Amino acid sequence: MNTKKLSRALFLAVCVACVAGSVQAAKTDVTIGMQLEPPNLDPTGGAAAAIDEVVYANIFEGLTRFGSDGSVLPALAKSWSISEDGMTYTFELNSGVTFHDGSAMDADDVKFSLDRAMAEDSTNAQKQLFANIESVENVDGSVVIKLKTADGNLLFNLAWGDAVVVASETVETLATNPVGTGPFKFKNWVQGDQIVIEKNADYWGEPAKLDKATFKFISEPTAAFAAMMAGDLDAFPVFPAPENLAQFEADPRFSVILGSTEGETILSTNNKQAPLDNVLVRQAIAHAIDRSAIIDGAMFGYGTPIGTHFAPHNPAYVDLTGQSEYDPEKSKALLKEAGLADGFTTTLKLPPPAYARRGGEIIASQLRAVGINVEVSNLEWAQWLEQVFKGKDFGLTIVSHTEPMDIGIYANPEYYFQYDNAEFQALIESFNAETDAMKRTEILQQAQGIISDDYVNGYLFQLAKTGVASSKLKGLWENSPTQANDLTGVFWED
Amino acid sequence: MKLRSLLPGVFLVLIFFSAALLSYIWTPFDVTLIDIKSRFQAPDTTHWLGTDHYGRDMLSMLMVGARTSIAVAIVAVGIGMLFGVPLGLAAAANRGRFLDEAIMRGNDLVFAFPALLIAIMITAVYGPGAVNAIIAIGIFNIPVFARLSRGAALSLWKRDFILAARAAGKNTTRISFEHILPNITNLLIVQGTIQFSLGILAEAGLSFVGLGAQPPIPSWGRMLADSQTLIMLEPRLALLPGLAILLTVLGLNLLGDGLRDWLDPRLRRER
Repeated sequence: MNTKKLSRALFLAVCVACVAGSVQAAKTDVTIGMQLEPPNLDPTGGAAAAIDEVVYANIFEGLTRFGSDGSVLPALAKSWSISEDGMTYTFELNSGVTFHDGSAMDADDVKFSLDRAMAEDSTNAQKQLFANIESVENVDGSVVIKLKTADGNLLFNLAWGDAVVVASETVETLATNPVGTGPFKFKNWVQGDQIVIEKNADYWGEPAKLDKATFKFISEPTAAFAAMMAGDLDAFPVFPAPENLAQFEADPRFSVILGSTEGETILSTNNKQAPLDNVLVRQAIAHAIDRSAIIDGAMFGYGTPIGTHFAPHNPAYVDLTGQSEYDPEKSKALLKEAGLADGFTTTLKLPPPAYARRGGEIIASQLRAVGINVEVSNLEWAQWLEQVFKGKDFGLTIVSHTEPMDIGIYANPEYYFQYDNAEFQALIESFNAETDAMKRTEILQQAQGIISDDYVNGYLFQLAKTGVASSKLKGLWENSPTQANDLTGVFWED
Repeated sequence: MKLRSLLPGVFLVLIFFSAALLSYIWTPFDVTLIDIKSRFQAPDTTHWLGTDHYGRDMLSMLMVGARTSIAVAIVAVGIGMLFGVPLGLAAAANRGRFLDEAIMRGNDLVFAFPALLIAIMITAVYGPGAVNAIIAIGIFNIPVFARLSRGAALSLWKRDFILAARAAGKNTTRISFEHILPNITNLLIVQGTIQFSLGILAEAGLSFVGLGAQPPIPSWGRMLADSQTLIMLEPRLALLPGLAILLTVLGLNLLGDGLRDWLDPRLRRER
């Protein structure tokens, strides 16, 4: 009799648990943690990565887009054809696409967006993406892009968040009220706290599985950890403290998402400042650096060593780490050869991320061991941009270059590390003109070799994407081919 | 009975002062040497207090950290006394006149800002670093000493021996330094000890937010800041510098109380 009662009670308990379970499974919103708040929400007018992390693929779309593996996929353009000479691209647009304000998206909007991005007075942060476009025309509803020279990069360039399609009517207010064509529309923004986006019921393509998504901004790593643990956040796709990941891994409520990013983390070197303008000195620095100690010490083992400015997961990558292996004795010999047997003093200016601050302390200690005395100073991002990036007032700095395929920055002698090599510049020019995939790979590999031979910067490691999410949340991007939190495919598993 | 707080105070302060002094000539390990392979080691016979997240010896870090804290606080209190005391004496000598008002209202102005906020402001403008931290903490010490010495000096100015000195033809400056100052020294020493402990706290606070001594110079505040995300992994990294700050400040406060009791003539008579 007693057992009967017990089994009945158990049955009831199971029922209650089932109901509770199904209530949980019905969750259709998600709260995503981000470290930095975007300064505005217009991806065509600002450089901050945080803008794209909110709006890319969610609110705004371009002709093409990046897939989670970095491939270029069709987006607003259904298909395209390329003329024989590689100078003219014709894009067929998807039909029935509307902006969130209800107006239709057509070839004129595409023309407007691209013309605006490449205009003289454009404030687009990646203007060089459009530099090779001669004209954009609406020909019977399709978009025809004519190029100045044949260019194999066009489809890739158009996938960037800076190349999204916007409407001429709403362009003035994009910064605070973004209106795009994506599967989510902007709902509200509480400055300093959160941005909410909700499902676009009239989306032209496959609709989003979530009804609502909230981006919450938590800059403090300790607070981020606490918010995840307390269940206030469902995911933190770029978690700022790698030392806490082991704890998340041990907790069945969470899954740790490890992937690759496009972030080459480098010891940027001012190539115009003595004695760093001497290649022997730069080589000495390269041999004084122990990459594995930096990856372990600063990133708790998350990161892949690199020997040049190129992402290791890219098929065109060449492993050149052997050219700058850790060898303090060789480093000292090189310094002696450069006439600096007693070492020298330089500055190391560090932006806020942990990879820079921690990596900086470790590198400073490693350089001190070979006689290079570095004065470390910690800067906030605004100061770093002002002093280092714009002012070029630095000896060394550590920063992660997160733009995809950005080896081209070495062809710009005005860029903050001021590498000026005519051979390299000619090579990148020939790369841009090349459309043959095999030859493009070859050129890229050659380019990687040149900057490694010149020891332009100290090449440290490829930043790993270390994210944390609730173990029931599926469909988040594993890798970071571009900085984005694409929520189109995200859903809750039962 | 009066020595109840003096002795433990002296004891604690001596420990940290001697650790700081010793660190100038010897530390168990080099604190600028990073050795990732031996990080997070538990305390043992080689590393008495274990190693931190860079494999540096915690005991050595704490010793050099004590040096940083104490050096910053001493110089800052020194600045406060050097400027504050003469200002206070001048105000008392000119009591009720314009100079008095000017000095004291200027003091009120500095006092109106929270001390740490001034420090953050100064380091934000002139850049982070130990020297700017010293100046910042020193500036907020000035009004403390100015007020204290003015108040104490005012009551002395009414005393007969000062009248006698005046009758003997001494001018106010000489009276201030030859008769007033020696008679308020006890007060200044006690207040100095208390300001010293506040200075250590302020230095730790500034280093915690990254505005104090810059790496690789160890500082207790930055050790605490660095250990924030590691607290679950290795609580020792936060506990040790936290305890160091706590014990030093406690020691200085006990010392200050004890000194007050010991130096105060009224209390001394009861003994």
